[in-house]
Amino acid sequence: MHAINYESPKTIAEAVKLLAAHGEKARPLSGGTDLIIQLRAGTRRPEFVVDVKQIPELHRISFSLQHGLHLGAAVSCIELHENADMRRYYPGLTEAAHLIGSLQIQSRASVGGNLCNGSPAGDATPALIALGAKARVVGPNGERIVPVETFITGPGRTVLQPGELLVEFLIDAPAKHSSDAYLRFIPRNEMDIAVVGVGGALTLDLDDDRVVDARIALGAVGPTPIFAAEASKSLIGKKFDAAAIENAARLATSVATPIDDMRGTAEYRRHIVGVLTSRVLTIAAERARHNEQR
Amino acid sequence: MAASTNGHDYKVIGTRPIRHDGVDKVTGRAKYGADYSFPGMLFGKVLRSPHAHALIKSIKVDKARALPGVKAVVTSADLPELADKMEAAGEQAINLAHLSANILARGKALYDGHAIAAVAATSSHIAEEALRLIEVEYELLPPVMSVEDAMKPGAPVLLPTLRNKEDGPDKETNVAAHMQFKRGDVAEGFKAADFVVEREFKTAMVHQGYIEPHNAVGIYSADGHATIYCSTQGTFVVRSLCSAVLGIAEGKIKVVPAEIGGGFGGKTTVYLEPLSVLLSKITGHPVKLVMTRGEVLRATGPTSGSTIRCKMGATKDGKLVAAQCWLAYEAGAYPGSPVGAGAMTIVTPYNIPNILIDAYDVVVNRPKTAAYRAPGATNAAMASETVVDELAEKCGIDPLEFRLKNASAEGTPQTVGPPFKRIGFVETVEAIKNSPHYKSKLTGPNRGRGVASGFWFNVGLQSSATVNIHTDGTVSVVTGSVDIGGTRAAQAMIAAEVLGADINDVRPIVADTDSIGHTDVTGGSRTAFATGWAVYDAAQDALRQLKERVAKTWEKKPEEVAFANGLFSPVSGNGVKPMTLKQLAPRLARTGGPIVGRATVNARGVGPAFATTLVDVEVDPDTGKVKILRVTVAQDVGKAIHPAYVEGQMQGGTAQGIGWALNEEYFYDEKGVLRNTGLLDYRMPTCLDLPEMETIMVEVPTPGHPLGIRGVGEVPIVPPPAAVANAIYRATGVRMLELPMSPPRLMKAMLKKRAAGDSQAAAAD
Amino acid sequence: MVKKVIVEATINGDPVELLCEPRQSLLEVLRDELELTGSKEGCLTGDCGACTVIVDSRPVCSCLMLGVEAAGKNITTVEGLATGATLHVLQQKFLEHASLQCGICTPGFLMSAKSLLDHNPTPTEADIRYALAGNLCRCTGYDKIVKAVIDAAKHVADGVGTTHHGKVPRKSASEATRDMLGKGEEVK
Repeated sequence: MHAINYESPKTIAEAVKLLAAHGEKARPLSGGTDLIIQLRAGTRRPEFVVDVKQIPELHRISFSLQHGLHLGAAVSCIELHENADMRRYYPGLTEAAHLIGSLQIQSRASVGGNLCNGSPAGDATPALIALGAKARVVGPNGERIVPVETFITGPGRTVLQPGELLVEFLIDAPAKHSSDAYLRFIPRNEMDIAVVGVGGALTLDLDDDRVVDARIALGAVGPTPIFAAEASKSLIGKKFDAAAIENAARLATSVATPIDDMRGTAEYRRHIVGVLTSRVLTIAAERARHNEQR
Repeated sequence: MAASTNGHDYKVIGTRPIRHDGVDKVTGRAKYGADYSFPGMLFGKVLRSPHAHALIKSIKVDKARALPGVKAVVTSADLPELADKMEAAGEQAINLAHLSANILARGKALYDGHAIAAVAATSSHIAEEALRLIEVEYELLPPVMSVEDAMKPGAPVLLPTLRNKEDGPDKETNVAAHMQFKRGDVAEGFKAADFVVEREFKTAMVHQGYIEPHNAVGIYSADGHATIYCSTQGTFVVRSLCSAVLGIAEGKIKVVPAEIGGGFGGKTTVYLEPLSVLLSKITGHPVKLVMTRGEVLRATGPTSGSTIRCKMGATKDGKLVAAQCWLAYEAGAYPGSPVGAGAMTIVTPYNIPNILIDAYDVVVNRPKTAAYRAPGATNAAMASETVVDELAEKCGIDPLEFRLKNASAEGTPQTVGPPFKRIGFVETVEAIKNSPHYKSKLTGPNRGRGVASGFWFNVGLQSSATVNIHTDGTVSVVTGSVDIGGTRAAQAMIAAEVLGADINDVRPIVADTDSIGHTDVTGGSRTAFATGWAVYDAAQDALRQLKERVAKTWEKKPEEVAFANGLFSPVSGNGVKPMTLKQLAPRLARTGGPIVGRATVNARGVGPAFATTLVDVEVDPDTGKVKILRVTVAQDVGKAIHPAYVEGQMQGGTAQGIGWALNEEYFYDEKGVLRNTGLLDYRMPTCLDLPEMETIMVEVPTPGHPLGIRGVGEVPIVPPPAAVANAIYRATGVRMLELPMSPPRLMKAMLKKRAAGDSQAAAAD
Repeated sequence: MVKKVIVEATINGDPVELLCEPRQSLLEVLRDELELTGSKEGCLTGDCGACTVIVDSRPVCSCLMLGVEAAGKNITTVEGLATGATLHVLQQKFLEHASLQCGICTPGFLMSAKSLLDHNPTPTEADIRYALAGNLCRCTGYDKIVKAVIDAAKHVADGVGTTHHGKVPRKSASEATRDMLGKGEEVK
């Protein structure tokens, strides 16, 4: 590995100052489970590594039905999974975080890091997009709110400008009879990168089993994670039945632009998008029906 | 569960003591190769070709040399140029020019990852940075990645000097060898067949996947002697190969065996060891090199991918009458695939009167293959055991019964060599038939049960052992066989059995090349068999001497001293008090001095191994993902010395076979660059991918071996891919002919079958 | 030349102060600076688990953590598992069940298993297999490893060989999954 400098600021302001001062030469370090591999492989060669784990705001999980969720960018996947509110109100995001690598990886890796890594195959991203999560970014010129579906701009690239730091995610509290789910397909039963990942969130009107709101997001089937807008829209106002699921799955498949690689063929990935979309919607609906909150 | 006690009343053999090296291994104290460090030690790194096939026009190392902390940079120009000819080395012959060029490329890079240059520096980070400063000019050549492409007329040639006998001395070729094996008349045989099945199979290149990367610490001393600490399966082969590659006399090299973190055949040659000595010689410091996982996958010796055509015929009452096979194996960049072994195992489990087998060893722009657990046999069994399953189905005979009807047994001719002596193939099939697993009912949709068998020759080769009797009556057993999987415990148990000693009073030691006689590699399932034989003989030698001392004490003849249950006693009682080893040992000084038993073997009469594996699977009909529900393996183990470690071999081999079956493969892009260079995408099974593994040890002793030992390490990897394929067929109706049977591949086959079914249904309408 | 950093941490119960380069991983610091070579390097990408250590009660791949990040942390390595000359119950059970062949993965498995038992002293076989899924073993097929951990858990549940570092209760994977679904179904 090339030589690096290590900084561990204690406040957002301090971190932003360091990141701004070093610009392109600096890279924030959260769990490090992607960054350290990239440093070693030489695919990223920052001179300054800014460890953001000492900043309290980045470690916060705060939830209330009134204010929704503030999820700190550096909260580790294990901490997220251990949080009762997360498991209860955001089961899809929680299971996505719980799928990222082994327990050893989850002890370090964070949802924020997973997003900032910019991988199209990160497990947390489709789950965040399905929930309509927004990213709060602080930079030298103040802060901005970025919808997660526009955060990643290409493989390994994000909207973050030099000096900017992802602080937390903002997610609405789930409405009554709403819930989310995330599934990924991998050849083994653990440890793999998603061949396809699908996140889905649904709100149902149980009186006539109609879909009030729906969001579907896809991972690993394009250069960035994909918000499947048409597929999502197709469900809204419809009765939640097999035909609606099949139609949404078909529309989701149509926006996937996968490639052939060592994780699967493009043809296979498109097939799996349909399979997982159906399964995710079914699970999310089942959970939504049982969600009596509010 | 053991099926027989072998008719012996052993005290130690067949028990399950805690291994002697165990505590060191659970406390982190055991020293593996990468754990060694020495004062002033430097760290080495290797620059590797990013191209599959290229001429090396120039290598500029000045900038790398100038980096502070860099002490040496070497290329193939720093190694002696060796003759292009075969020499014996351990299990197989080796071309030293090829070996040297694999350690540092000479003129041409032949695969992605081929070593180009090596650096020694004061830290591994500096060495890595120095690699970035080496400038190599390549002229790219078209990569040749498959045996089909390599065998095409006009294919780009990897090795301009390579010739084969058939094509003569003037023709450039990628076919290093064509072998043919023949018995009877296959044309006549197929005429007699009621059913003939012919299929073409492809299997992917796969890696042994040992968790410990290759490593070496070389220390070259001013007096011209070199010491190498490394994790290897064979210290003596490291010594002889380093001697040849470096031009240093064998006697001036000492190889110290570190603990070894897995090998499975992959650590039977050298990569880093000569470089560590070369860099140490130039710098005057000890030099340590450790590969990264990417280097292990790109540039050590996986086993061959292959194309195999297999045609077999049977009469309607289920007798196999003819088999014709065509095998082409990827050798990697230099000749030497295990295709010969593939050819000699492919139909050997069965008594077939007419066979014709053609085998081709083909060079391609992939890393030079090395041995991998029953090398060549797993590919071959995937083909033949699938065809056998299909024939059994056509004959309407249960696949186990079909195997019993045709099984090789004592007296059956082998494909090559003398007829089989006593073997236990039939017993493994019977054991599966009688297993709780086979007797259980498999229910539920998308589930299927498959069976397959496997055969492996095993080897004997040379081993040395000494058994030292210490003054307190404890015993140390010294061998040269590196212990990969618990063989030290087995050696100690054999000595303890012979000497009537408590297993905890015996200490097994694996010695360096200066401290024990020549011993071949830990490989070929030979360590318990051959080194165990040497230990047995050495312990008997010690026992003979001990009896002489007892006789001297009692003023009797040695033949008047009996030894049983740890007691020396007179053959006919006359009042002398029986004596234990512990009572005798302190008196050795007064009766003639210390006792060392010693023996060497060049073991003959090796007992071949058979295994039969039963697998239940469930296939996700929407994704093509296969879940292994249950697996049972029955194996003829001859005599299990330490049954827990025999079971471990059976379970481990089965696990590797399942990985090979389902997800493991080398994935090259169109430029010949390996894309899955880590354990994330080279997918070996995790513990969530495997069920409990049931084992049935069948004990059919090897005739001629004093303990009836049969090698157990390799054969269990052979049946699983075919067993899984046969199970998938029962679950889905799809015959998979390509490994791995990964979800995309199986899904595609299932969709194709469904589409064919739909169009048939439509046609019927 | 980048400056070395002084790092203070607690390793296997002892306060340790060391100088390390920021680019050195915790694994490198343990092995090369502290000569604690029990933690093994198998992949350097977090895929094999051979370098697993416990950092503030969590299992961590020490190859994916910088040495400088260890400042102020409490770290347990395989060398800290036994109490004096008495083996930890997991170490003992690995020996009794012949759970190791080559042994290179063993330290990592022991640390993952210890972390599991610290958090969940009564794991099911599914919990054990999930907790060990980040550790690759190529020799054993895992059968004897899983059996050793099941046996060790029995002893821990009976109060024998209780582990001695900090405990944080964590729900098992199956429990947490049941929570999320509200109806006791498996997701995967």
